Amino acid sequence: MGAQKKSSAAAAARISDDPEELSRVPLQAVLLADSFTTKFRPITLERPKVLLPLANVPMIEYALTWLESAGVEEVFVFCCAHAKQVTNYLQCSQWLSQPNFSVATIESHNSVSAGDALRLIYERNVIHGDFILISGDTLSNMSLNRALQEHKERKKKDSNAVMTMVIKRSKLSPVTQQSRLGTDELFMAIDPDTKQLLYYEENTNHLKGTLSLDKMLLIDNPSITLHNDMQDCFIDICSPEVLSLFTDNFDYQHLRRHFVKGLLVDDIMGYKIYTHEIHSSYAARVDNYRSYDTISKDIIQRWTYPLVPDVLLFGNSATKLEREGIYRATEIVQSRSAQIGPLTVIGNGTRIGNNTKITNSVIGKGCSIGSNVLIEGSYIWDNVTVEDGCQLKHSIVCDGVVIKSGSVLSPGVVLSFKVVVGQNFTVPAYSKVSLLPQPTKQDSDEELEYADNNSDIETSPIAGAHDNLNGELTSDLTDMQSSAAEELGSGGAGYIWSICEGASEEEWRHSVAPVPAEKLAEISQTIDDDLDFSYQDGNAPASSGELKPGGLSDSDDDDVDANNDSAYFEKEVEATFLRAVHENVKVDHVILEVNSLKLSYNMEFAACAGAIFYSMMKLALGTPYNSSAELYNAVVNVLTSWKRLLKSYLSGKDEEIEIILKFEEMCSELAKELSPLFTKILCFLYDKDMISEDAILDWESEKNYADESDRVFVKQAEKFLQWLREASEEEEED
Amino acid sequence: MPDVHSLVNEFILKLKKRKVEGSQATARLAAVLLRSVISQQRIGYTNQAGALIDAVKAVGEQLVAANPVEIAVGNIVRRVLHIIRDEDLSLTTAAMAGLNLSAVSDDDDDDTSPDDHPVLSAAAVAAAARSTLRPPSLQSLLEDMPDSAAVPHTSSSGGDSEGKSKSADKNSRSRKLKHDVIEAVNELIQDIDTCHEQIAEQAVEHIHHNEVILTLGSSRTVLQFLCAAREKKRSFRVFVAEGAPRYQGHLLAKELVARGLQTTLITDSAIFAMISRVNMVIVGAHAVMANGGVIAPVGLNMVALAAQRHAVPFVVLAGSHKLCPLYPHNPEVLLNELRSPSELLDFGEFSDCMDFGSGSGSPLLHVVNPAFDYVPPKLVSLFITDTGGHNPSYMYRLIADYYSADDLVLQRKAAPST
Repeated sequence: MGAQKKSSAAAAARISDDPEELSRVPLQAVLLADSFTTKFRPITLERPKVLLPLANVPMIEYALTWLESAGVEEVFVFCCAHAKQVTNYLQCSQWLSQPNFSVATIESHNSVSAGDALRLIYERNVIHGDFILISGDTLSNMSLNRALQEHKERKKKDSNAVMTMVIKRSKLSPVTQQSRLGTDELFMAIDPDTKQLLYYEENTNHLKGTLSLDKMLLIDNPSITLHNDMQDCFIDICSPEVLSLFTDNFDYQHLRRHFVKGLLVDDIMGYKIYTHEIHSSYAARVDNYRSYDTISKDIIQRWTYPLVPDVLLFGNSATKLEREGIYRATEIVQSRSAQIGPLTVIGNGTRIGNNTKITNSVIGKGCSIGSNVLIEGSYIWDNVTVEDGCQLKHSIVCDGVVIKSGSVLSPGVVLSFKVVVGQNFTVPAYSKVSLLPQPTKQDSDEELEYADNNSDIETSPIAGAHDNLNGELTSDLTDMQSSAAEELGSGGAGYIWSICEGASEEEWRHSVAPVPAEKLAEISQTIDDDLDFSYQDGNAPASSGELKPGGLSDSDDDDVDANNDSAYFEKEVEATFLRAVHENVKVDHVILEVNSLKLSYNMEFAACAGAIFYSMMKLALGTPYNSSAELYNAVVNVLTSWKRLLKSYLSGKDEEIEIILKFEEMCSELAKELSPLFTKILCFLYDKDMISEDAILDWESEKNYADESDRVFVKQAEKFLQWLREASEEEEED
Repeated sequence: MPDVHSLVNEFILKLKKRKVEGSQATARLAAVLLRSVISQQRIGYTNQAGALIDAVKAVGEQLVAANPVEIAVGNIVRRVLHIIRDEDLSLTTAAMAGLNLSAVSDDDDDDTSPDDHPVLSAAAVAAAARSTLRPPSLQSLLEDMPDSAAVPHTSSSGGDSEGKSKSADKNSRSRKLKHDVIEAVNELIQDIDTCHEQIAEQAVEHIHHNEVILTLGSSRTVLQFLCAAREKKRSFRVFVAEGAPRYQGHLLAKELVARGLQTTLITDSAIFAMISRVNMVIVGAHAVMANGGVIAPVGLNMVALAAQRHAVPFVVLAGSHKLCPLYPHNPEVLLNELRSPSELLDFGEFSDCMDFGSGSGSPLLHVVNPAFDYVPPKLVSLFITDTGGHNPSYMYRLIADYYSADDLVLQRKAAPST
């Protein structure tokens, strides 16, 4: 309905940021019809992920249906890879002609990430208020009202609350996490009162069981809860600022990895992310083949009600739900001897032959399945031909595939569009077969996705790893097609994509096949080990929340930060001091200012003392002088006039030693002119009671074991030190 | 006035997405929708009733397919079809009476009509006799008489103007038909709106002093029925079974207490324990089938069995829009809605039991959450509809008053074609 035009027209009308503008804006949503990953290859080489069927209905239908029923009025579908297919699909569907629900497509051909997509949407200037950000492979039946209301209320109180993430509890068990959605373990720290998200970490490092928290988290928040039982639903309620944030930070690509973490780390802008937990409703995202499997089963088990096959009538094929979760379309030709097992969906116009057994599977429209076929836990899409005597276990078979008689698909096999499997051929486990040869490198020409996981396929086309039967054919590229044919038995067509060495280990994680028993045992074993380990340590992760902030100060990151911070701090103190000198500010005021600096940089008193002493010396060095005597006088002048300031930070021995060290450092590096005066100034400081003899002696003893080069000043001050030692001995004798 | 087509689509979508639920709400919306379909339907001079019936049927088929579980929608479609047939017949009777008059006056009229007249008028009289069962149509029949009879009288003097007069007659008849049908549909809508009050009016006859009433779940009809008895100064107690898993009994208990009724809330599983102290079970229904069987919220079959065991009367309240002319022998009619298991279980807590990724690849736990029960007619003691109390064995007769036998196939014809 001319929806595309609308978006460009809206772009022309710039909106202002008036608060009045916020009064009534239609609820908008951005649906990313591209996952920007390659997890569904090779299928996604030919069809975009959002159009892949989930229980015989394209994923995007679920997303749009949910958005519509949740009260969203305007949806922008961002298409990137195979944009034409998505727009064509939408044009043929009913979505463009809905009352009160407009769907507009935004096409892009050079976006390679969610970040790019959002930047483009920002440029179009079509989002005027809070919006829902989901990707087209998200499935939910939650009601948005409460989450939206919470978001708006927070927004009113604090304009920095830019995003609300929807999360859902799942069983606290990495085994389940792994076997259900195939995703990595997710750790989140959430403020239990405000529900603010403080920390977000996907544990990519499988089952290492350690994670490091920034100590500031513990210092700044009176209470935090750490979760590893939460599932990210990838439904975000965002304020318009999110888009501009993406534009400002042009290196943000990934929504979670860059954006969320970026906001959490960045405390200068102070943007905050909150969470909303859903309880009874369902939400999940099809991330990989395993979650494809799980979510299909969840749909069949009706967790997504009303988004279930017999309620959602896409097209005109009514589907009836029978006992044990069997969904049968009305026009099916089924042999009397065929057995349809529980949790199965069978699409319209499918024919099923004698003695065929089907369990836990989804069969698409117009398929023809021969006799004595065994189908278990598989996803067979539309117009597939399975000839007699085949066995399909836990595999995905795309549109138009022909599986000739007697073939076997081992668990985890993915057959892309129109592949032909030859007679009596066994497709090895976890193999991916496509009519298209495997891309030689990770190019983004065919599909605008970026590889974000190393476990993906790399290099080497049509490799000889799987040569079989007549594999010795052809070296010529023109014969590629025939060689492809031979890879899948006689009469077959398609390339078996090779799996690189490291990845084959990972294949089981993301495949539709159940996790092998030994892997499960392995996972639970590691967990037990981890638990043992942490108990031995006497420091279970849960208790870390009660640790004293001071105890956590020595990680490498902190040191780097501290160095940077102290450099800034010194500069600030120097500037303050110089201003004080030039503008005759009262000493008390300077102390106040330095104190506030100390607080904001979180510095110790010693650092303050050092910084102040440093600035004083700089001031003294700044005054013109001809001889070292003049310089000494200048130093003495400055020191005497600002003695009170310095004294107020010299509360103990540590600060005094810090000053000496600072002074030493200056003499040796910055101001070589000062070095001859080292002892004299030290003496002066001692005389003026600014530095105690204990501090000086401690300094000396600290230097005892240092290199010769570091002991230059100790030697220079040898006489003075000697005198001090004698004096103290005398005192002791007295 | 928005386009009918978009109105129809909107309603179909709402039904599909389960945004409108509950038989009264859907019935009312369906009736209002069909009224606008009728009012915007252009009809020719011939076979107006047929055109209207086709239009309504076409829309009705879609509505029924959108959510076959909402039986009330199908009922309303059939009721409207019946109204059209009825009005058409009564108009025909009236016209025939007029034609008869003109034929008597013109002796030289050699039309085929004299041959037809006896047959047609016989049918018309039969129809008129049938429609006397329903006072409104009889009334309209009487009202029409002078009007339509007058037209042929004035024009019957010229033999050649016979055809013209007939068309004029038909024109007025078509407008008349539409008008009458819409009037009748309005009455139907009013009936739906007031069915609660109509039923509640009979409350005093059934609830007596110091009785204990048991009900399950929540039903607006039941609530109003109980409140009506309360308003008439009857003092009685109510046991409310909570109606898992949706626990609407909790809401009902709250409402009852707010209106000053002594209420006891029990779990569904305590029904057998409590039933011996109960004097009467009063429940609502989702639909009442032609054989007197009831499609009711889940758990009611158990209540009915308990009531039978202890010889407690089991009374079902149902507005006339819930009367379905179909028999529940066919699984296509006896539909159930399986709702989300999340009403029973917390998904997060049980996600490990529904794990397809481990073990044999199929989980051991299935969660089934049906919405309805079927209560066979022998367990029902009495139906109270807006027209009064009826035995289960009488339901088929009551239903015959509301529906034409020709329309029963509506759904069955639709089912194989889709």
